[in-house]
Amino acid sequence: MTGWRHDTAGSRIDRARTVSFTFDGAEMTGFAGDTPASALLASGTRVLGRSFKYHRPRGLWGMGGEEPNAIFDVTEDSVTTPNIRATTEPLREGMALHSVNTAPDAARDRAGVLDVFDRFLPAGFYYKTFMAPNWMRWEPMIRRMAGLGRLDPAQQPPADTPQVNGHCDLLIIGAGPAGLAAARAAARAGREVWLIDEADEIGGSLRWRGGEIDGGDWRDFAHDTKQAVTEAGGRILTGTTLWGAFDHGLFAAWERRADAPDRHWRIRARDTVLAAGAIERPMWFGNNDLPGIMSAEAALHYLELYGAVAGRRILLATANDASYPVAAALAGAGCTVTIADARATAPDPPEGATVLKDAPITRARGRPSVAAAEVAGRWIDADTILVSGGYTPSVHLHCQAGGKLDWNAAVDALVPRPGTSALNVAGAANGSFGLARALEEGHAAGGGTGTPPQAASGDLQLAAIRPDPAQPGRQWVDPQNDVTLKDVRIAEQEGYRSVEHLKRYTTLGMATDQGRSANFAGLAAMAALTGRSIPETGTTTYRPPFSPVPLGVIAGPRRGELFNAPRRLALEALHKAQTASFREYGGWLRPAVHGGGDETDLAQLEARTARETVGLYDASPLGKIEVIGPGAAELLDYCGYVRLSTLKPGRARYGFMLNETGIVHDDGVVFRLSADRFIVSASSSHAASVRMMLEEARQDVFAPDRSFIHDVTAGFVTLTVTGPRARDLLRAAGIPDTVCDDTTLPHMSVTETTWNNRALRVARVSFTGDRSYELTVAARDGPALHAALDTARAEVDGRWIGMEAVMILRAEKGFILVGKDTDGLTMPHDLGWTGPRDKRTDEYLGRRSLFTPEANREDRRQLVGLATTNDTPLPTGAHLVPPEGTRRSLGFVTSSYFSPTLNRPVALALLEGGRALAGRDIGVFHMGETTRARVCTTCALDPEWERLHA
Amino acid sequence: MQVFTCPFCGPRDETEFHFAAEAGKERPQPAEETSDADWADYLYFNDAPRGPAREVWVHVTCGEFFLMTRDTVTRAVSEVAPLPGRGE
Amino acid sequence: MKRYSALSLATEGLRGHRGWTPAWRKARPNDGYDAIVVGGGGHGLATAYYLAKNHGICRVALLEKGWIGGGNTGRNTTAVRSNYFYPESVALYDLALRLYEDLSRDLNFNVMLSQRGMLIAAHTPMQMEICARIANAMQLNGVDGELMGAEEAVKRAPLLNQDPQARFKCMGGVWQQRAGVARHDAVAWGYARAASDMGVDIIENCTVTDLLVEGGRITGVETDMGTIRADRVGLAAAGATPGLAAMGDVRLPIHNYALQAFVSEPVKPMLDIVLLYLGTGTYVSQSDKGELVIGGGLDRVPTHGQRGNLPAQETVLSGLLEMFPAFAQLKLLRQWAGVVDVVPDSSPVIGPAGPEGLFLNCGWGTGGFKAIPAGGWLLAHLLATGAHHEISRPFDLDRFARGRLIDEAAGAGIAH
Repeated sequence: MTGWRHDTAGSRIDRARTVSFTFDGAEMTGFAGDTPASALLASGTRVLGRSFKYHRPRGLWGMGGEEPNAIFDVTEDSVTTPNIRATTEPLREGMALHSVNTAPDAARDRAGVLDVFDRFLPAGFYYKTFMAPNWMRWEPMIRRMAGLGRLDPAQQPPADTPQVNGHCDLLIIGAGPAGLAAARAAARAGREVWLIDEADEIGGSLRWRGGEIDGGDWRDFAHDTKQAVTEAGGRILTGTTLWGAFDHGLFAAWERRADAPDRHWRIRARDTVLAAGAIERPMWFGNNDLPGIMSAEAALHYLELYGAVAGRRILLATANDASYPVAAALAGAGCTVTIADARATAPDPPEGATVLKDAPITRARGRPSVAAAEVAGRWIDADTILVSGGYTPSVHLHCQAGGKLDWNAAVDALVPRPGTSALNVAGAANGSFGLARALEEGHAAGGGTGTPPQAASGDLQLAAIRPDPAQPGRQWVDPQNDVTLKDVRIAEQEGYRSVEHLKRYTTLGMATDQGRSANFAGLAAMAALTGRSIPETGTTTYRPPFSPVPLGVIAGPRRGELFNAPRRLALEALHKAQTASFREYGGWLRPAVHGGGDETDLAQLEARTARETVGLYDASPLGKIEVIGPGAAELLDYCGYVRLSTLKPGRARYGFMLNETGIVHDDGVVFRLSADRFIVSASSSHAASVRMMLEEARQDVFAPDRSFIHDVTAGFVTLTVTGPRARDLLRAAGIPDTVCDDTTLPHMSVTETTWNNRALRVARVSFTGDRSYELTVAARDGPALHAALDTARAEVDGRWIGMEAVMILRAEKGFILVGKDTDGLTMPHDLGWTGPRDKRTDEYLGRRSLFTPEANREDRRQLVGLATTNDTPLPTGAHLVPPEGTRRSLGFVTSSYFSPTLNRPVALALLEGGRALAGRDIGVFHMGETTRARVCTTCALDPEWERLHA
Repeated sequence: MQVFTCPFCGPRDETEFHFAAEAGKERPQPAEETSDADWADYLYFNDAPRGPAREVWVHVTCGEFFLMTRDTVTRAVSEVAPLPGRGE
Repeated sequence: MKRYSALSLATEGLRGHRGWTPAWRKARPNDGYDAIVVGGGGHGLATAYYLAKNHGICRVALLEKGWIGGGNTGRNTTAVRSNYFYPESVALYDLALRLYEDLSRDLNFNVMLSQRGMLIAAHTPMQMEICARIANAMQLNGVDGELMGAEEAVKRAPLLNQDPQARFKCMGGVWQQRAGVARHDAVAWGYARAASDMGVDIIENCTVTDLLVEGGRITGVETDMGTIRADRVGLAAAGATPGLAAMGDVRLPIHNYALQAFVSEPVKPMLDIVLLYLGTGTYVSQSDKGELVIGGGLDRVPTHGQRGNLPAQETVLSGLLEMFPAFAQLKLLRQWAGVVDVVPDSSPVIGPAGPEGLFLNCGWGTGGFKAIPAGGWLLAHLLATGAHHEISRPFDLDRFARGRLIDEAAGAGIAH
């Protein structure tokens, strides 16, 4: 218990408001404004978790996204969220924090014993063992030991994250000194600036480092900047993580909001400034993972923002001048501070601190938390070791945007190579340390002219600190994934020398801190081991996200119907009133059956009624693609398998549209309303693609100004009336005989008329084999038509029928559904439509493909009907096999129903050489069982087609 | 999210577009005079260039096909134009 | 080669692990070889291994322009399965799966094959019919496929969305018990180590700049490390294959697309199977480390760039949360993309390229990892004998002119 709360320090906390929380069951308090990390630090709790592999005790290291250890499952209102980072979450009343991957808790973790076996668990140990008898034997045990937190199975977070598109003149990532200077310069020039920062207030490192800008407190400068940005129409987004840079200048940002759902921003900007600062590096020495060893920068952060002091007897190991203000502040707060500077020449110690020069730290000891440090061969008692191994610029977004890096020896870091990404990098992210340079670069990046904001600071003086693989003791390079220098050495020895191999073999840098502190160490260690420089060794690819982002934030509200919106019928409410239950068919929500009860029974009843009297159904999803103009006929001839230029006005013809590969893409009826006006009645799920195929031919093959294509599907309602009393129903609905008698409107014809002063199109086509009329009106007239037909329905004992009944009716007649009764190999001649293939001599889509060696084969899978003596329909999806001999698939059942009219099952199937097998028996294989069926024609009902005219 | 510029509608999100084909393919016809190999080459084979590519795209929203020149690695778009003879 | 075992691990543990040797030799090219394999991913490495092991051809150079296993082998979602529809595909992928089943012992490298089972899940009656079609096809082809109902599916994946109103409520689907996941990097490294041990030169950071074709015969390759001669060359370079083939004036039916993968933060075990959801196109498993490994549809813009964009991310992740609403608690940890070489029928191209002695193994699209042992086995057969193995014959480039495409998606009715 070493951390403590200072009496006065802490700009962020409100001491008047205490916040109660628990950690691993122990009751604690903090202040409003704390994070779990700061409150725990102030409470003196040291062991916050256990490491992934060896279950070593681990404490707080950092202050933000780089934190590898302080990760908790957090329970609030009996809902638990896993893997919350203690450094970036606000502390809330009643929070219950649980350390992850520990049992029973972090302090007493039973698996801690594993640390004794560390020598047998080096990098990649699992590649070398667990092979007998097989991995499956060992995997459950390994899986149970792995993983951090626990998912709460009961928690289903709502899909409520808005996805918001944003545009601005200048996007600035990072609101530290460089970002502020850029924002002020740009805003003053009238540009719309968006300033984004992960923290929930602007200022960046100024918040704990402080500083004077232009002779005043930095807060005044920040305030001026904020005002300038707002006045110029800009926006300041704090608590917002800019997590990804994508193609064509798109940035994605996750904005956390306390009292509203988080927001996901997709931002495009004319220019972008990256001012993301830098992250302090650790140091590498024996037991450098002990609780109580902390980033020096973080210690200052906790002191200044939260009044949380890391310890009392502090050893500060460093090799740079930036640590000296940290020592000064801690000494000022009452700590005993010894600076162990690895450099021979170091500055004078600040008041209250002592400095040891030429004093590299080599080891630490203590159990469970740090008690002493070995410095220049001498053990020094310390309850806390703060370290600063230099700084790594946060170049992630520059690299995500395609930017390259250069080695800058002066600052001992990889820095952005200018001009290699669209981002303008400024300040510490650029390797330009020190307040004055940050302001200067930020000012320039914001397009500022004249004198930049002034501050008194020099460049950062530092000496390079490197991991030394030759040094004894266990030195961690990736604390969360438990990767030590020894692991890097083994990887090198075994040839995993490329940084990507190193990463993958050791898992270095793949933890939830995104390798922020580990990657440089791994790189530097591999460089040392192979005798190469760091730039020669290379870096791993920087990939989104910069920090872990909730999956729900990226997914946004696209769930359920919003995942891909189903299309809805204009008359949906009216069908619901007719007790329809809905299902998706080809992307449309359509009535499946009507009424309550067993769906199969209802479908049978509806199908039977349609055969006995009349059935009505909503056929509005049928595509209605108008093709208009003097070139319409030749365009349709080219796009269709069946010629349409020979069709007479007022008539309709059934046909196919093929891809260029000869495969049936769609089937349907085309109406010719007049010489230069056709309507392509594409099937509902293919209307969009049929339109595009027509467009492609119109624009690419023909003179585009000779025809015009217009998909008007959504503008109309089509209601189909089918059955022996269909005409009686029309009559009862007030549609005059003069419109629909068999002379004026024979089968396969169409007429445009009016009905109650409304435009009405009546088509005599049939998807059921019975006399059928498709009545089409403008969508606004749909309800009136529906009402009239519904009233008339009662007079003829008709029913509204759903798609399940329609499926039965069309299958009885052998009418196909493209995509169900055909597959990606089905050509029109496989369906029995050989005429155009044999006779047409003009070019049409897919023509050449119908004559490849494969297309000419006799044993292609062809559409057939199947009859069975059984009362139960054949299972759809069953395969057809030879009735005797070796079992192999000859095809499969594509549609299968019980026909209430025939009182027996009917089925359609694709069968190798099927048409020649008519009358023969075939095996039907389903889930290990084989039954028999007889191959027959596809049309099971009314093969003489008498019902069409009945 | 990439932004492509339809020559008729202006810049739009990538989700509004479909890749159609590499530009410059001539449909071999009539079928009687086209070998299986030539037809397969037209249908299936392509260059899939790494770097600058000239392609036919369609802006699904307006239904117009057009030519786009872009880099398949950097994804920078250098030119969009209507199909030859279109849009003048 | 130092043998890997619990015993050697223990012995080395006591000696400070000083005795391990490089998994594969860092070779420099010689002037000539019996065969050259271009591409140091799983398929290329497996080819080199089986050339040596099955055919005794050990004077083999494997050329990799970067580091081995750095392409799609190291970028996929690690699923292995043979739940396919066409007999040709089943033969191919089940050869791979059978080889995988013995691979750790064969290579003496634990590739962590976890046959935890995979469900292709359906959410409509029509998709269930398709699933029946697939399961029956599998059974007829001697592969372990079965039709699973909703109740059993939920038992295997209890976190599946069970809201009665859910848009994509799982109705069940096709189950394959032998399917699962393997450790992708280990497959590359294991093959590399075993091949190197038999004499194969694995040459990294070596870029092929030209194919040397004389009188219609391949005679070697030009590289940035000089000319390397061999009268047999195999190309197994996924998205880079069209560019390589073009050096020999060979055109391929390939378009390249980016396919993204996603990894969540690790949590304790909560998903024990591999799941592909027909309704949303998202697939997911949980790695041994506890991370969700997530994939889905392609970014639809042809590209050679290994980067993904937001539209596909939104679709894949919203599809995931639609299946498993509880996963919205988790955070995205990593996201990346591989360039996949997609053939019009989404089946691979294995066979002669044109110039004598030049052979192809490419076009695996989104499904290459699961096929690695078979791809290597078959390309090695072609290189060694000059002729097709019966399993690779249907996948020859000539199928396009013959019109005999092997379109799994269409055959299974999924994408149609």
